[in-house]
Amino acid sequence: MRKIIACLLALTLVLTLTMTAMAEDIVKLGVYEPASGDSGAGGKQETLGVQYANSVQPTVEIGGVTYTVQLVYADNGSSADKAPSAAQALVSEGVSVVLGSYGSGVSIAGSPYFAEAGIPAIGISCTNPQVTAGNTHYFRICFLDPFQGTVLANYAYKTLGVKNAYLLAELGNEYDVGLTHYFQQAFEALGGTVNSETFPTGTSDFTSYLNTANTLGAEVFFAPVSIAYSTQIISQAAAMNASFPLLGGDTWDSNKVAEVATGTGLNIFVSTFYQEGGAPEFDAGIKEWMNANPDMLTNNGGNDVVAAVSAMGYDAYFVALEALKAAGTTDSKAVNEAIWDVNYTGVSGAIAFAEPGDAVRNVAYIKTANTETGNWDFVTVQSVE
Amino acid sequence: MIQAQPTIKPKKLDAATIITIAIIGVVYLLAFVLEQVMPATSMLFTVLKKGATYALVAVSMNLLNGFTGLFSLGQAGFMLIGSYAFAILTIPVAQRLSVYQYYDGGLVQFSLPWLVAIVLAGLFAALFAFLIGLPVLRLKSDYLAIATLGFAEIIRAIFQWDKIGALTNGSNLLRLFPTFADFNVRDESGQVLVYWSTFVPFVIAGVCIAFILMLINSSYGRAFKAIRDDETAAEAMGINLAKHKMIAFCTSSFFAGVGGAMLAMYANSVQAKSFTTAMTYEILLIVVIGGIGSVTGSVMSAFLFVASSEWWLRFLDQEQMIGAWKVPLLRNGFRLVVFSLIIMAVVLFFRQGIMGSRELPDLFRKRHKLAGKGARKA
Amino acid sequence: MFDTVLPYLLSGISVGGQYALIAIGYTMVYGILRLINFAHGDVFMVAGILMVYISASGIPLYLSIPLVLIITAGVGFAIERVAYKPLRSAPRMSIMISAIGVSYTLQNLVLYVTGGLNQFYPSIPFISQSVTIGATSTRMVTLITPVLTLVLVIALVLLINHTKIGMAMRAVSKDFETSRLMGIKIDNVITVTFVIGSFLAGVGSILYFTNYSTVIQTSGAMPGLKAFVAAVFGGIGSVPGAVVGAFIIGICENLLKGMDTILIKAGLSKSMLGITTFSDAFTFALLIVILIVKPTGLFGEKQTEKV
Repeated sequence: MRKIIACLLALTLVLTLTMTAMAEDIVKLGVYEPASGDSGAGGKQETLGVQYANSVQPTVEIGGVTYTVQLVYADNGSSADKAPSAAQALVSEGVSVVLGSYGSGVSIAGSPYFAEAGIPAIGISCTNPQVTAGNTHYFRICFLDPFQGTVLANYAYKTLGVKNAYLLAELGNEYDVGLTHYFQQAFEALGGTVNSETFPTGTSDFTSYLNTANTLGAEVFFAPVSIAYSTQIISQAAAMNASFPLLGGDTWDSNKVAEVATGTGLNIFVSTFYQEGGAPEFDAGIKEWMNANPDMLTNNGGNDVVAAVSAMGYDAYFVALEALKAAGTTDSKAVNEAIWDVNYTGVSGAIAFAEPGDAVRNVAYIKTANTETGNWDFVTVQSVE
Repeated sequence: MIQAQPTIKPKKLDAATIITIAIIGVVYLLAFVLEQVMPATSMLFTVLKKGATYALVAVSMNLLNGFTGLFSLGQAGFMLIGSYAFAILTIPVAQRLSVYQYYDGGLVQFSLPWLVAIVLAGLFAALFAFLIGLPVLRLKSDYLAIATLGFAEIIRAIFQWDKIGALTNGSNLLRLFPTFADFNVRDESGQVLVYWSTFVPFVIAGVCIAFILMLINSSYGRAFKAIRDDETAAEAMGINLAKHKMIAFCTSSFFAGVGGAMLAMYANSVQAKSFTTAMTYEILLIVVIGGIGSVTGSVMSAFLFVASSEWWLRFLDQEQMIGAWKVPLLRNGFRLVVFSLIIMAVVLFFRQGIMGSRELPDLFRKRHKLAGKGARKA
Repeated sequence: MFDTVLPYLLSGISVGGQYALIAIGYTMVYGILRLINFAHGDVFMVAGILMVYISASGIPLYLSIPLVLIITAGVGFAIERVAYKPLRSAPRMSIMISAIGVSYTLQNLVLYVTGGLNQFYPSIPFISQSVTIGATSTRMVTLITPVLTLVLVIALVLLINHTKIGMAMRAVSKDFETSRLMGIKIDNVITVTFVIGSFLAGVGSILYFTNYSTVIQTSGAMPGLKAFVAAVFGGIGSVPGAVVGAFIIGICENLLKGMDTILIKAGLSKSMLGITTFSDAFTFALLIVILIVKPTGLFGEKQTEKV
C-alpha cells in the first residue's frame, strides 16, 4: 500500500512538472466555453468564431517575436458547479488570456479563479452586469442586460404595441433571471403590466406556462432562456397555436431556433449582437471554412448560417491578440493592463473598454424568425435614447 | 459486513497505530510543504482542496450508510443547507448590495467570522435533519432512501423560491464570501507569503473526521453497528432505536453541512441548482469505492475520485496524437464514460471496494490477525 | 373557471399517462426483486435517443418504432443480466448502488454520443398534430396517451392474471424463495419483467418526447423519479396502483403549475406567488406524506416483517 501511495505521489509530481514546462514561442489562449449542457450548442458556436479567427491569424507578434497562438479548451458544462474545475484547468495550463464564456452564470463562477491567478478574461456574450462589476480582470465585448432588457421592452411596447407581457426564466440561471428583471423594470416604467414565472432546471413541459400566459391575456411571451428550452417552448407554442409573439434575448439567435420555428406561423423576435451581412468578407470566409470542416459544420448545428456569437468570438480573439501585442509580453498581468487601452474595430463594430471593463455598445439588432426559409430576417437596429 | 467487528482496544500504542499516525503526519506536512514550493496554479491543489471536502462528506455519509445501516440519500440537501448558511452569514456587509442585487442587499445585514459560520452551517443542517428525521427515520431501507432523496429535492426548491429571496438571493448565485484562497497570508502588494489554502481544508476535514472516528469507536458507535447488523436484535438488547438513529442522522447531517460550507469555500460561489441528486449519487459511489464501513476507504477514494475526474482522466476529453496516430474515441465526454465503467467494475467485481471494512492501522497489523478474521468469517 | 383549469388538466392527464408507463416498470421490478431500479428512467431516455438516431439514419417510421421498442426491451434485459443478476445474493443496498451506477453510466454514454447537446425528436405524423378542444389547442398525443396507457395496462393485467408467466410473476413477488423451490425459473420471470418494463418505458418515451420534442442525457432523471414516486404512491408492486398514482401526480403537478393563474382568476390572489418553483418538489412532498400516513400506498398489500 505504501508503495502505491509513493508511486502516486511521484506520478503527481511528474505530471505537474511536465505541465509547467512550457514550450517556447507559444502563447496560450484559454477558451472557457460550454460544450455540453443547456448552453452547449451556443458555446460551440461561440468557440467556432474563435477557432475560425485562429485559422485566419494563427500567429501574433509580441515584443518582436512571432508567437504561435494555441487554443486551450475547457468545457464548463453550462453549470456553475462544473465551472470551478474548468477554470482551474485553464489556469493550470498557464494561459495568458481567457475568452468566454457563453452564459453569465459560469462566467461569474469562474471569475475568482482567473482573478486569483492574475489572468484577464474577455467575455464574449455574457451580458449580466455582475460579470465585470467589482473586478478589474473581467472584460466583455458585448452589451449588457440592463441595455438589452430596455431595448426589448421598448421594442415590445412601442413597436409591437403590447401592454401585457408574460416573462419566463429558468431558476438559477443568472442570465435569464437578470434579463427578465431588467425587462420588467423597463416595461413597467413604460406603463405596461407584467406577469413573471420561473421553471426548474430540466423542465421539458412548457405547455402549462404557455397556457398561463394565454389565460392571463399576455400579448407577448418573453423567455430569454437557453437554446435547449427555447426550442421546446417554440414547438409547444406552435402545437397550441399560440397567438402572442415570442420574444427572446441574444441566446435565441441560433439557427437551431429558426429551424424549429420553420413552418409554425409563430411571430418570434430576438435582440442580438450581429446580423449576417454586416461584414460580408467575414461571413463568406467563415462559411467556406465551416463547409470545408464537417466537424465544424456539425458544431454549428448542421448548416452554415453564421451565428452572432460566432462573430463575437471572432472579434474577441482579435481583441486578445491586440492586447498581447500592446503588452509586448505573454505575462498575463501585463496583458490585463493592456486590454484597457485596446481599440479595435471588428466585424461586430468598434470595441473599446470603459469602466468596469465593458465594451461601449449602444445598438442591438432586432431579428425575426422567417418561418418559411428557416433564417433570421433583419428587422431593425434598436438603441436606447 | 454481517459479522461484528472485533473492537481492538490497545492499552498501549501498538506499532500499527504509530505508523498510522506517522503517515497522517507526513501527509499533512506534504500538503503544507508542496503548496509552498509548487506553483499555486497546479491542478494538484484543486484536487486536494476538493478531495478534502468530499472526504468529509463521504465519511459523514458512511457513518449513516456504512456504520448505522440507514440508507439515506439526502446528503446533497444537507450540504445545500450548510453552503447557504455559511454563505449567507459570511458575505461582508459591504458586498451585500452587489450580491443581493435584485433584493436591495437582502435581509441579513451582518457578517460572522468564518469559523463561527462553519459551525453554524453544521448546526443548521443538523437541525433540519432532526426535523426531517422525526417522521422519516421510522421508514425502512429503500423507503428511507427515497424519502430523504425527496426531502433534498424539496429543500432545493425552497431555497430557489424568489419570495424568500431577501434571505437566499432567490435562485441566483451567492458569492464574495471568504474562500480557501483567503487563508493565504499576503503582504501589502498582494504577494502571497505563506500558502494555507490547502492546509486549512485539510485541518477542517481532519478534525471532523477524527470526531466521527471517536463517535464510531464509542459506545454509540457500537450501538450503531448493532442496529446495522440486526435492528430487531439490537432493540432486544436494549438499544433505543429511535434515539440512536437520530443521533447518527443528525451527526451525519452536521458534517454534511460543514462539508457543504467547505464546498462553498472551494467553489467560490453557491447556487441551489447544483445540489442535485446526482451529487448525492457521486458521494455514494465514493463511499462504495472506498468500502462501505471504512473511514479510511472513504477518504482515500474521495481523493482518487476527485483526482481521476478532475485531473488524471482529463486527457481523455481531448484529441491526442501518439506520433502521427490519432487515438480513436477521444473527445468531449469520453472521460466520464471510462470513469463510469470503472465505477461499474468496482460495484460488480470488487464489492469490498478499496478497503472493505478495514481501517488504515489494520494494514500494518500482523497478517495472522487478518487471517484469523477471515477464518471467522468463513 | 373550468376554462381556466381545463388546459392544465389536459396536460396533467397526458403527462400522467406517460408517467404511468414508466411507473409500471418500477413497480413490477420492485414487486419481484425488491429493487428500486434507478436506471429505469434512463432506459426511458435511451429509448428517446435511439429513436433520434434510428430515424436520422433514414429508416421509415413504421420500422423505426418497433425497432426502438425491441432495442429498448433488449437494453432492459442486458442491464438486468450485467448489473443485477451477479448481485442476486448480495445485500439489497449493493443492488441499489449497482442501479445507481448503471444510471450514471447510461447518462455518461449518452452524453458522449450526443456531445451533451439536445437532440431533436423526430415528429411522428398524426400524433404530433394539433387539435382544438374548447378554447385550447393541444397535440393529438395528449389525447392518445391516456387511451393507449389504459389499453396497455389492461393487457398487462390480463397477462399477469391469466397466463402462466403471469402466475409465476405473482408467485415470485409473493415469496421469492418458496417459488424457487416450487420449480419456477426465477431468472426467466425476472427477464420477462424487465423486458415488459422496458418495452412500456419505450412506448412512454415515444409519447413523452413527441410532446416535448427534445432529448438530452438528463431527460430521464426527473420523469423517472416522478414515476417511481407514483409507484410508491399507488402501492409499490401493484400495477393498477402505479397507474392511478401516476395520473394523480401528473394532474397535481400541472394544476400546481397553473395554481397562480387559477388563484388570480378566482380572485383569491393579486399577483404571482411563484408556486411553479415547487412543481417538482410537490411530488416528493406528496410521497413523504403518503409514506408517513400509509406506507404501503393506496393499493399496496401489508407486509409483515419476518425476523
